[in-house]
Amino acid sequence: MPVTILMPALSPTMEEGTLAKWLVKEGDEVHAGDLIAEIETDKATMEFEAVDEGIVGKLLVSEGTEGVAVNQPIAVILLDGEEEGAVDDTIAAPVKSETSANNAATHEPEPAVVMAAPKSGPAQPRSAGARVFASPLARRIAVDKGIDLASLKGSGPRGRIVKADLDAAPRSASRGSTITSPAGTINARAFYEAGSYDEVPLDKMRKTIARRLTQSKQEIPHYYLTIDCVLDELLKVRKHLNEAGEASGIKLSVNDFIVRAAALALQKVPDANVSFADDALLKHHHSDVGIAVAMNGGLITPIIRRAEEKGLAEISAEAKELATRARDKKLSPKEYEGGSFSVSNLGMYGVKNFTAVINPPQAAIMAVGAGEPRAIIVEGEVKAATVMTVTLSCDHRAIDGALGATLLAAFKSFIEYPPAMLL
Amino acid sequence: MTEKKYDVVVVGSGPGGYVAAIRASQLGLKTAVVERSEIGGICLNWGCIPTKALLRSAEIYHNIKRAEEFGLKVEKVSFDGTKIVERSRAVAKQLSSGVQFLLKKNKVDVIVGAGRLIGSGRLAVDAEGKTSEIAAKNIILATGARARSLPGLEADGGTVWSYREAMVPKAIPKSLLVIGSGAIGIEFASFYRTFGAEVTVVEVLDRVLPVEDAEISAFAAKAFKKQGMKILTGAKVTDLKKSKSGATATIDLGGGKTETLTAEKVISAVGITGNIENIGLEEAGIKCDRGHVVVNEWCETGVTGVYAIGDLVGPPWLAHKASHEGVMVAERIAGEKSVHPLDATKIPGCTYCHPQIASVGLSEAKAKEQGFDVKVGRFPFIGNGKAIALGEPEGLIKTVFDAKTGELLGAHMIGAEVTELIQGYTIARQLETTEEDLMSTVFPHPTLSEMMHESVLDAFGKALHI
Repeated sequence: MPVTILMPALSPTMEEGTLAKWLVKEGDEVHAGDLIAEIETDKATMEFEAVDEGIVGKLLVSEGTEGVAVNQPIAVILLDGEEEGAVDDTIAAPVKSETSANNAATHEPEPAVVMAAPKSGPAQPRSAGARVFASPLARRIAVDKGIDLASLKGSGPRGRIVKADLDAAPRSASRGSTITSPAGTINARAFYEAGSYDEVPLDKMRKTIARRLTQSKQEIPHYYLTIDCVLDELLKVRKHLNEAGEASGIKLSVNDFIVRAAALALQKVPDANVSFADDALLKHHHSDVGIAVAMNGGLITPIIRRAEEKGLAEISAEAKELATRARDKKLSPKEYEGGSFSVSNLGMYGVKNFTAVINPPQAAIMAVGAGEPRAIIVEGEVKAATVMTVTLSCDHRAIDGALGATLLAAFKSFIEYPPAMLL
Repeated sequence: MTEKKYDVVVVGSGPGGYVAAIRASQLGLKTAVVERSEIGGICLNWGCIPTKALLRSAEIYHNIKRAEEFGLKVEKVSFDGTKIVERSRAVAKQLSSGVQFLLKKNKVDVIVGAGRLIGSGRLAVDAEGKTSEIAAKNIILATGARARSLPGLEADGGTVWSYREAMVPKAIPKSLLVIGSGAIGIEFASFYRTFGAEVTVVEVLDRVLPVEDAEISAFAAKAFKKQGMKILTGAKVTDLKKSKSGATATIDLGGGKTETLTAEKVISAVGITGNIENIGLEEAGIKCDRGHVVVNEWCETGVTGVYAIGDLVGPPWLAHKASHEGVMVAERIAGEKSVHPLDATKIPGCTYCHPQIASVGLSEAKAKEQGFDVKVGRFPFIGNGKAIALGEPEGLIKTVFDAKTGELLGAHMIGAEVTELIQGYTIARQLETTEEDLMSTVFPHPTLSEMMHESVLDAFGKALHI
């Protein structure tokens, strides 16, 4: 029986992807471990390798196809001795739920629940590429209101989207090219003369950013805590360490200290190391700290896992490596999804202070401003010091004000007295 | 004595109750039905079905009288009222035993007696002076309704009939006064008029069949008058004096005018009232409002494990609505996931007078009242080939759309076979089609259904055959 290769889920949240490139063609011989395709998700391009040995019988999805749903058959591999005619039988046969290829980047089979053949049910998430079942009336209202049907859950028979689902649809249900057009929101095009601007269609990353951050601001009750940190001690320590480590190529940034200080603060105040999960709080064991990395056309937040167990040099090296791969769009979703906390640093642009939008499912994010010389008062005397202002955005559903303040105070104590990070 | 224990006990075996019981049993629940009278309830024994049998006799009689129009020669046409009633009873009996068979086949226990709630999960059954008790995790009350009677106009079985007596006449009366022009009143008016009775219909509201679209009401009134019926709207029977040969009614026509009218028989058809008595509602703390049990959209009464469905609860009081509620409740009890509450605007209503009347959704006036900007389409039977061939050129199909979304808000029909046609529009509403889908649907030629297409086209200025 020929083996059907299904579109892999490269992360637990992946619903669809683009088949960016086939690395094999029909008739090619493949061996386990051979790269057969490049799959592009909203944030990364990943290589995809064969598990079985055989001949590529048929490529079912052409190169460059967007919105290929997870578990959709994409190719058929003929095993040893099988005839080409078997391909048609395989395509006609119901898709087997087993996977015949794994995520090349992780070499780990995806959780069974993700890879199981999709069964229709009211709560099944849909992907934009798959057929969306909606009543004609629902379709028309969706177009009028600019709601993306793919983002809705249908309450009708077999999950069909009906009018009532649109009546209940929150604004956040809109996304993609329709973000700007729901009734009551601003239609930007209406304000400008046609031809006075160039229209740049949203790419996947921009759509994802728009959708997730809109959702974050609409769903998460944000509040903000701002504190000043005196950096002179940290800068002194950093200078010494960088001098000492020069030979071995160690060059610590202020941000590396911030990541470590945040990781340790989260361990010191474990109640703030949480995610909000509707009916529960998830108290994380480790400090998985995300670092916002600006990249061409967007941003991504790769995560330094178990940052509390890592020294400054290790954090520094890992952050550099992740940032480089992020800019090349080579991160696997496992490297940027999840986490419990993020750091966003705009200090290098001279920004004094700002507030950041929480990156769900995390419950807090720290916005870091520039370290700059300021006058401070120490024991009644005006003194010059290097001061950095940080603002913590917290999800009030998970972290109350006093708890957020405790976390921020712990962070400040590590930053202002870096030797404490050695304890 | 070991007490019987059930997952579901349904009180009443009408179209709500017996369907609920079958569905519950199909879903693996141990189920019983408690019935104090006939299996199948009013619908089957004294309502929908036997009246359709009577009206079929009327329809055939009417067509035979028109034989010459069709080139046929039928001499000495006459009828036998007793046989007509006999046939109607036989039809009811056949269907009632059919339901008994279905209950048996689906392993539903039938308990004879009057069911009454006694505390949580318990039911008393009174039968022939004895009372037994059964335990039920879930109880579905489906005791139905009966004719409402107005003071002074109570049915006495002699001169003043309710639907029950009207269904089994010993003879066709020479003259008949029908009080109330809802579906029941109008169907009897139509039946008796066809067999020669002088019929007067008195309606307190300003038009006959007041739940229908005003245009359909007007069309119907015109057709009835043409058949020789006397229609008095905005009128009220203020006094009824019975004598040996019938009754004399004083009718207030409004504006200070009154009319006196003598009729051999009077049918009181002024609505229904739920059978809420003696089923333990008050003791259980279940609320009633104007003769019906108050429930939420899931037919829950507020008392855990006690549901009420059909005519016992709110309108529309239709058998198919009761059946649907029965299925919904049974599936909810069984924990089925894809269960939805009923939307009254998706429930069709049919009246089997001549000409027939059927509708679903909002009338034009109701749609406007709810703030819709409407587009209305109409197509007359006179423009349809099949209607002409059938010799049924009298009728109208009206559609009401939301101008903004193209949603089919309502459809209203009068004419031959429209009770069989309405389901097309009901499916359209259920599936939330827009005018586009309806326009691109292919309707077979030559059929009456083509008018459904044309009516939609007309609403958007695209009709072809007018």
